[in-house]
Amino acid sequence: MAAAPPKSLGNIRRSFEPWSDPAAKPLIEVDRVTKSFAGFKAVDDLSLAIHPREFHALLGPSGCGKSTLLRMLAGFETPTAGDIRLDGRSLTGVPPHRRPVNMMFQSYALFPHMSVEKNIAFGLKQDGMARSEIADRVAEMLKLVKLGPFAKRKPQQLSGGQQQRVALARSLAKRPKVLLLDEPLGALDKKLREETQFELMDLQQELGLTFVVVTHDQEEAMVMADRISVMRDGRIQQVATPAVIYEAPATRYVADFIGNVNILDGTVESVADGRVRIATDAGAVEVEGANGVRSADPVAFAIRPEKMRISRTPPERADVNALRGEIWDIAYLGDVTLYNVKLATGNVLRSTVINAHRGIADPLTWDETVWLSFPSDAGIVLTA
Amino acid sequence: MTAVPDNSPGQRTRRRPSRLSRGFVVAVPYLWLLFFFLLPFLIVFKISFSQTAIAQPPYLPVIGLADLVSGGWTKLRQLTIDNYTWIAGDPLYVKAYLSSLRMAAISTALALLVGYPVAYGIARAPRSIRSLLVMLTILPFWTSFLIRVYAWIGILKNEGLLNQLLLWLGVIAQPLTILNTDVAIYIGIVYSYLPFMILPIYASLERMDHRLVEAANDLGCPPTRAFWAITFPLSLPGVLAGIFLVFIPAVGEFVIPDLLGGSSTLMIGKTLWDEFFSNRDWPVSSAVAVVLLMVLVIPIMIFQRLQARQEGAV
Amino acid sequence: MKHWSGFNIASVAVGLAFLYLPITILVIYSFNASRLVTVWGGFSTHWYGELFHNQGLMDAAWVTIRVALLSASVTTVLGTMAAVVLNRFHRFPGRLLFSGMVAAPMVMPDVILGLSLLLLFVSLDLDRGFWTVVLAHITCTMCFVTVVVQSRLVSFDRSLEEAAQDLGCPPWKAFFLVTLPVIWPAVAAGWMLTFTLSLDDLVIASFTSGPGATTLPMKIYSQVRLGVTPEINAVCTILIAIVSLGVVVAALVNRRQEQRRARDERLAAQ
Repeated sequence: MAAAPPKSLGNIRRSFEPWSDPAAKPLIEVDRVTKSFAGFKAVDDLSLAIHPREFHALLGPSGCGKSTLLRMLAGFETPTAGDIRLDGRSLTGVPPHRRPVNMMFQSYALFPHMSVEKNIAFGLKQDGMARSEIADRVAEMLKLVKLGPFAKRKPQQLSGGQQQRVALARSLAKRPKVLLLDEPLGALDKKLREETQFELMDLQQELGLTFVVVTHDQEEAMVMADRISVMRDGRIQQVATPAVIYEAPATRYVADFIGNVNILDGTVESVADGRVRIATDAGAVEVEGANGVRSADPVAFAIRPEKMRISRTPPERADVNALRGEIWDIAYLGDVTLYNVKLATGNVLRSTVINAHRGIADPLTWDETVWLSFPSDAGIVLTA
Repeated sequence: MTAVPDNSPGQRTRRRPSRLSRGFVVAVPYLWLLFFFLLPFLIVFKISFSQTAIAQPPYLPVIGLADLVSGGWTKLRQLTIDNYTWIAGDPLYVKAYLSSLRMAAISTALALLVGYPVAYGIARAPRSIRSLLVMLTILPFWTSFLIRVYAWIGILKNEGLLNQLLLWLGVIAQPLTILNTDVAIYIGIVYSYLPFMILPIYASLERMDHRLVEAANDLGCPPTRAFWAITFPLSLPGVLAGIFLVFIPAVGEFVIPDLLGGSSTLMIGKTLWDEFFSNRDWPVSSAVAVVLLMVLVIPIMIFQRLQARQEGAV
Repeated sequence: MKHWSGFNIASVAVGLAFLYLPITILVIYSFNASRLVTVWGGFSTHWYGELFHNQGLMDAAWVTIRVALLSASVTTVLGTMAAVVLNRFHRFPGRLLFSGMVAAPMVMPDVILGLSLLLLFVSLDLDRGFWTVVLAHITCTMCFVTVVVQSRLVSFDRSLEEAAQDLGCPPWKAFFLVTLPVIWPAVAAGWMLTFTLSLDDLVIASFTSGPGATTLPMKIYSQVRLGVTPEINAVCTILIAIVSLGVVVAALVNRRQEQRRARDERLAAQ
């Protein structure tokens, strides 16, 4: 297990982190929930606490159980075992139409026979709200999602982005305690998706709501969420802020799923003063602050490409945290350049260099022998 | 992925089949239909303005191709609208038209009442057995119409199985007279045309995204209300298709009123048949056919408009 | 949809019972030993034996089958052509009239169709009989093939045909080598549909048939008017058996193909 991080990870200071306050009461408590379909466990003994006003992302590949978990929160699926509580009250047996949560569907599920206005008003009508009040609220929602001129249109007459906003407005109209979003941006093209991510965040801030979003797009989760639950095979691998997920992944799976990572397998040689020395097949590495491992433990050393320095000359200490190899591939991406470096042992490691200047003298080229070096706090030790 | 639109002129000409084969493919069915479908109607139309005659064929004037070329005028002046005034003046025909429409409407309503729950039930059945249920619904349609109508005679008649069952159960003391009444016709029509009601409704329900109902539930709408707010309105195209598919043929139905109806039953299909085969009055039966067609033209056109819109929407 | 509620199950069950009960009763009573059709007198296949000695019925059956085979085959060709025309040719003179004429027979009462065709044959001075019934059936059932084939053509991927043409196939050949094999199930379904429609038809045949060409439904009808008889029950049972067998076999073949396709797709996905 990764140790409690010594420094604040990432370059953000968060003012909102109720999950680290033991006295804070979570809004949603998923308590050892299992959901089986014909013997297959889509969600397996899963527990999770989500706090008021949190933007929480359930992240994982398709089939990891994230959608099933969301549908259990909405009430469309019943847990096979375990309990889900909202505000301390169990939701077991509460049908979807009585739950104070609303969902934005992946396909939007806009009612094709109703205008934009009617779609937004639908939920309010179910509550028996007064006509004038409904009209006011609908107008407010239309303004919020900037769709005023389209109120009378049918969903089919709107673009994908507009439909997405109608769906959002409809699910927000009832001011739910929790808004569930199932791949909310999945149907949008890349550019629109990036814009909408920030819009969603602003909206959530403005309304002070709790959002639970399901996504398979790690970048989307990193951009929007306060905390991310990385899921795999019906279980949660790690729940943490995007910075922690990236800088201190709990498992090899998480490290690999989020961003790029170089992983070297090895064995712990020695542990002293909170420094761990690992013998990998590519060479010896030393890591700071990896508690809980003992000599001779099999472990993996993980380091992100941007945390390695690439140079023609060997570093001061070449016996540890320095690996020699030759440049195998170069990819110029504009903001960064990727170098794939092949070590004598055959391992290929990736290093990225930020292109802070428009031009540099004497750049690296293919087949050059280079050194990859890194400080002892750059990488982490993975035991799972 | 969407298909690439073929608006480049070069591609168009390349793809277009050669003129000759294209002309052939259009001409054969076109000429066939002109000759065997449109021409007969024109003939019916013409004969409906002719006079009855004791001759072979039993009407006057007989206009041949030669007459069209030369000197057909005197013959054309023999045409009359007597047959239509006769139909309009005889309450029997007027009543027959009206009662056909009424009985078709009642049967259609009953078929909808019976068919909708079945279609809904099939649409909600587990996916694995859904196609089997659809097949079971279609299967009776493949067996002879005549046989299916005939099967009801043995059930509905006074000493038939239904009465035997009801008497045995003690529900009734005297056998009910069902056969040869309008009730028997309703049963017959509903029975014969039920698949036509079920299938389009099923198709529209099956096509529907069930997430719409979930979304309604999610927004606070209980299941029963969600049915009337979402499911039913979205199945309306299917319902309308079903209504027309039952109503239109039911109006002109002959076999069912003939076999299950009584002597007092008036349906225009049967009237036409009797006029033609029993009275051998070809001009009047032609006029009856023309009027029946006029009566049906409006629902048929509405139906085709609906179908076209449906296809346009897909 | 996961809740197949009791109400759903009940309505499907009642609906199917309503559809099948009368036919089932008819089949059962065809094995009734008693001549009284509503009193059960024990099991017997007597009436089936009787049937094969009824020359009139056998002749009618033979006529009907010939009419149905011939008319279904011609109809399938014509109906497929009409479907191709409607699906592919969007502009030619009189397209509206054409599409109207294709669709109209489907919703037109049989009595009108029968009467109008009869009057045509009379005007042409054609002797009514076997051939006039065939012509009438072709005309009245064409629309069904067109509808079935057209709905398949709508979902047919035109790029297949384009690929064939790109590889040097002239359009008509591309149709026979590529399109037709792909839409074949729909064409076959159209054939089966028109075959059974022709087999069943009473009204149009009654109008357009002449001496010596009495079809089975006409024969059955003339006897049914006199009342329910066990022989007719037996004839009907045989017809039902033939048609059900055909439909079930077709469905099984279809299903086998679907399963094979599903398996192929699974293999492809691996």
